Amino acid sequence: MTKRGILMKNRLVQILNKYSLYLVLVLLVLFFSIATEGFFTVPNAMSMLTSWSIKGLIALGVGMVIISRGIDLSSGSVVALASVVAASFAQNPEVSKFGMPPVFVAVVLASLVGVVIGACNGAFVAYTKIPPFIATLGAMTVARGLALMYTKGFPVSQLREDFMILGRAMVGPVPLLAIYFLVAAGAVWVILNHTAFGKNIYAIGGNENAARVSGVSVELNLVAVYTIAAFLAAFGGMLMAARTAAGNATYGNMYELDAIAAVTVGGISHSGGLGTVSGMVAGIMILAVVENGLILLGVSPYLQQVVKGCIIVGAVIYDMSKHKRR
Amino acid sequence: MSDYTLEVENLSKAFPGVQALDGVSLRVRPGHVHAVMGENGAGKSTLMKCLLGLYRPDSGRILFKGEELRIPHPSVALAKGIAMIHQELNPVAERPVMENIWLGRFPRRRFGPLSLVDAEAMHVRTRAIFEDLELNLDPRERAGNLTVAKMQMMEIAKAVSYNSELLIMDEPTSSLTETEIAQLFKIIRRLRSQGVAIIYISHKMEEIFRICDEVTVLRDGKFVGEREVASLTIEELIRMMVGRELTSLFPKQDVPLGDVRLRVEELSSPGAFENVTFDLRRGEILGFAGLVGAGRTELMETLFGLRPIASGRVLIDGGETRIRSPRDAKRAGFAFLTEDRRSTGIIGVGSVTDNTIIANLLSYVKKPLRLLDFARIRTDTREYNERLRTRTPSYETRIQNLSGGNQQKVLVARWLLTRPDILILDEPTRGIDVGAKAEIHAIISELAAEGNSILLVSSELPEILGMSDRIVVMHEGRQTAILERKDASQELVMKYATAV
Repeated sequence: MTKRGILMKNRLVQILNKYSLYLVLVLLVLFFSIATEGFFTVPNAMSMLTSWSIKGLIALGVGMVIISRGIDLSSGSVVALASVVAASFAQNPEVSKFGMPPVFVAVVLASLVGVVIGACNGAFVAYTKIPPFIATLGAMTVARGLALMYTKGFPVSQLREDFMILGRAMVGPVPLLAIYFLVAAGAVWVILNHTAFGKNIYAIGGNENAARVSGVSVELNLVAVYTIAAFLAAFGGMLMAARTAAGNATYGNMYELDAIAAVTVGGISHSGGLGTVSGMVAGIMILAVVENGLILLGVSPYLQQVVKGCIIVGAVIYDMSKHKRR
Repeated sequence: MSDYTLEVENLSKAFPGVQALDGVSLRVRPGHVHAVMGENGAGKSTLMKCLLGLYRPDSGRILFKGEELRIPHPSVALAKGIAMIHQELNPVAERPVMENIWLGRFPRRRFGPLSLVDAEAMHVRTRAIFEDLELNLDPRERAGNLTVAKMQMMEIAKAVSYNSELLIMDEPTSSLTETEIAQLFKIIRRLRSQGVAIIYISHKMEEIFRICDEVTVLRDGKFVGEREVASLTIEELIRMMVGRELTSLFPKQDVPLGDVRLRVEELSSPGAFENVTFDLRRGEILGFAGLVGAGRTELMETLFGLRPIASGRVLIDGGETRIRSPRDAKRAGFAFLTEDRRSTGIIGVGSVTDNTIIANLLSYVKKPLRLLDFARIRTDTREYNERLRTRTPSYETRIQNLSGGNQQKVLVARWLLTRPDILILDEPTRGIDVGAKAEIHAIISELAAEGNSILLVSSELPEILGMSDRIVVMHEGRQTAILERKDASQELVMKYATAV
């Protein structure tokens, strides 16, 4: 090959590496569009958006936590607790314990659940220095337990129409849920790329000591990032109650793992300090497309799990080999 | 207004089991470069961490420009005008250079109700800083892509850019080459003329005498004395630091050399070094000199099977030997004391015993049940560490609680236990205090006298010149000279190392 040819080839490899994630997404969409009847249709796209928006919200928060070199296992349980708290304040007056408070009360209280749990997570990680895995494992168990205590294990149903609309409304053909997700993704993008807080999170994940001696309050930033993550999960839980017309202490089971998987596929490094919002979104979409496409192909749910697991591990192996070459 | 920028009075700080600082005083004038000297464990780092708000002192006062100062967090120190170049502090590798410089104080702009980071202003200001300091760095480069020396210059630029009245430099030259050191000293002289007070910490004596005005010496957490550098000799300074006379820094014994033990022929590893050829005799210490990037460490890693050999031969006692892994190398009689004690040497949470025996574990397996023979492990650990004069509270102490010098002795013990024929010592005294350094030099010399062959890599010229029988000089992966002990001088080695 000529020298120029080799240069062009190198350049091509670089570009492919840089955009491989999006290329994979496009190829998957193409594949399922050709291989299945109903994949490339507006209703299917909308149903995909509806089912993955809430996990997407969680994934954005978890992605930020992972960038700070942490992990958040509590999101699924926070979804459950927030869903039952929100639902209990949005029941029809005949069955409600709290009369008929305005809708925002349910929204605010559910969000508050997230803020409190997230702040606790962050405080334990930042001030007691226990590993994030342990801190949020504790919160995961506690939050699920609280949700079960609060409901005695029963679903909280018979919700009011004015509350349910939050999770069911459509804006033209687009579900409102998807819009929440897009707005959240935009907000997280601004935070990570254009605020001092975001850059501090990257710095803390990349080298905590360098951040500390540069005068960054590592502790406060960690509390904030865990708080945001749990807030997003709680907001998701509230939406889930609105969409399904009930709050339930069993909601959100394993959502934290789906969220972690999605952002991991999206190139968020578990050694911290590395990752982008577009990567997170692409990761979420890849998992959504694969799940949906496999269902349409009629692949058994058992095999679906196997495929998902392989994708997660494969994505990380590929991502790491890319960095090694640099 | 006080005559001093900084006055530290009677500062004490204890950690569990250690009185790290015991009534220490330090006074630094504006426009002066003040060295703080002491062996490792003397309390220098603890003192600086108190000044920067990373530790809170138990008692004593810190006065800054005559006013008492409480420093609960580094951001307070930085806001008051105290900045520091940290030793061995890596940058945030995945972020651009400019974000590393402005971390903790990003320039902002308002965007509606939001306060956003102003990337453009950050870029412009970073460029201005680099131009002002005559540094050739790209603000947008990923910090992890820089060479170690460039990273260090970035840290220096960052610390200077705070425009502080007190600048603390902790081992700023440890990874710099001569050119960059000259550049740093130019910056220091300029800051001095602007009235900045500078605290300078270094193990390199020559630098202290080149750039510092005063020196405060600490020993075992206590204040020993303050002197003007101009009125001191190196010997006096060392005496203050160690509290005893050091007979000699380089106690090299003259040993008759035996047969050729190791012969390396035309050894190459692409991108690291090419066509390296040398002999190593029994009892010989062969020094390897060169600047950062000369390929010396890579050469040693190749000999120890950590990197593939592209071409060339390795002969041991005349027979060609294939080395494809550290296992092969150990079997061939090599031992390798690596350059980076923390990342490839010690197992920090392991005990001194664990760290001593780890390279030799299989030899302690007892026959019937294949369990470890702890009685022999204990005897050997004691024997070898006593021989190397390792100072440790017990052999069950975690190695991370020992000083750098004592950690290094344990690592030497580890490799001696494998009964090697050829010892590779890569920067064996880096970051080790003067007293321990002399002891390690004595040990190296004894080992050679016992017939061991030694490959010694060091970036300190006096060490190479003082310890080696012959010196291989390398420049950017090429072998530029092999000098005899009697012919070698600093100037000659530098000439070949810079290939002028």
